[in-house]
Amino acid sequence: MIYWHLFLAFFIPGILGYGGGPASIPLVEHEVVGNYEWLTTQEFSEVVAIGNSLPGPIATKMAGYIGYTEAGVLGSIVAMFASVAPSLLLMIGMMALLLKYKDEPEVKNLTKIIRPVIAVLLGFMTIQFAQESVEGVGPGYTLFLMAASFVLLEKVKLHPAFVIALALVFGAITGL
Amino acid sequence: MVERAGVKNATGRPRRVLYRNIALAFFRTGMLGFGGGPSSIPLVHQEVVKKYEWMTDDEFGDTLALANTLPGPIATKIAGYIGYRIAGVWGCLIALAVSVIPTVVLMIVFLGLLQTYKDIPWVQHMSASVVPVVAVMLAVLTWDFVKKSGETLGWMRAILLIGLSGILIEGLQIHPAIVILVCILIVFSPLLKRRKKA
Repeated sequence: MIYWHLFLAFFIPGILGYGGGPASIPLVEHEVVGNYEWLTTQEFSEVVAIGNSLPGPIATKMAGYIGYTEAGVLGSIVAMFASVAPSLLLMIGMMALLLKYKDEPEVKNLTKIIRPVIAVLLGFMTIQFAQESVEGVGPGYTLFLMAASFVLLEKVKLHPAFVIALALVFGAITGL
Repeated sequence: MVERAGVKNATGRPRRVLYRNIALAFFRTGMLGFGGGPSSIPLVHQEVVKKYEWMTDDEFGDTLALANTLPGPIATKIAGYIGYRIAGVWGCLIALAVSVIPTVVLMIVFLGLLQTYKDIPWVQHMSASVVPVVAVMLAVLTWDFVKKSGETLGWMRAILLIGLSGILIEGLQIHPAIVILVCILIVFSPLLKRRKKA
């Protein structure tokens, strides 16, 4: 049963995540935090943070890790399979068909039309994480860290992994 | 249909060597692809077209265009597909495994450490400090998607679609999957109509 749930939780984001890895983050969150309640928002934010700091595709990393925590190695394999296999099999199986239609305006428009939906999902997730942070560490500390990480990420163009590492160190020191 | 051309040197060598090269090529791209899918595409191109000559530039371009029209993470699709093209099902599985498993193991190690010591107060504060940073990362991603929507659809239509999906998903609590499926159906309906006429 758990394997079936894991499969569904990552199959749906895998098949609807138009716009690559980041597009499937809010869809995964919807399943993992909202629907199945395997993780809290705090735990999910750790997964996103560490996932963002490590190389490789984020959607598969999330699937592999959450599958492992919920149902061991087999769970990990099931979740990764669900997030990768459907679109890969489509790609291998429909190569000829897709090449025929790849210049059709509809196919080209698909990502365009779905992008606003993903933007909404990401937007609400942002708000949820900000609220979670205010409840967890207070508004002042939250604002300070948000401002600092925004400057480091966007203005200094520091690598996300370093920003996360700095936040961890800073949090550890202020928590002592 | 694509010619199975770029495999010329794949047939000239023992299979064992080919498998090892596939593993090496995608291990490198997987471990160096910081920042997710799109950042690893130039790395894959370097390995597949320039270094090993498994594919021509045109074939690689076609593969990329195709992968872009399908949902899901781009790096894994490309790795699996190219592995399949040059060495069948085993090639596909090897390319997938080496591009995904190492980073997943790292995830499990790092997050496992956090979970083990999560009852210590300063560790709690340490993990809690990650939440606002992730919120900022998500905010930046949100803005990327909003900006891109505005650029491709025009701001009026983009804002309209954003507002509409906001009402549907958050207001009416409709599952996002259903909203996206409806979008797909709306987009493809003219194509289906055209095919019926033809």
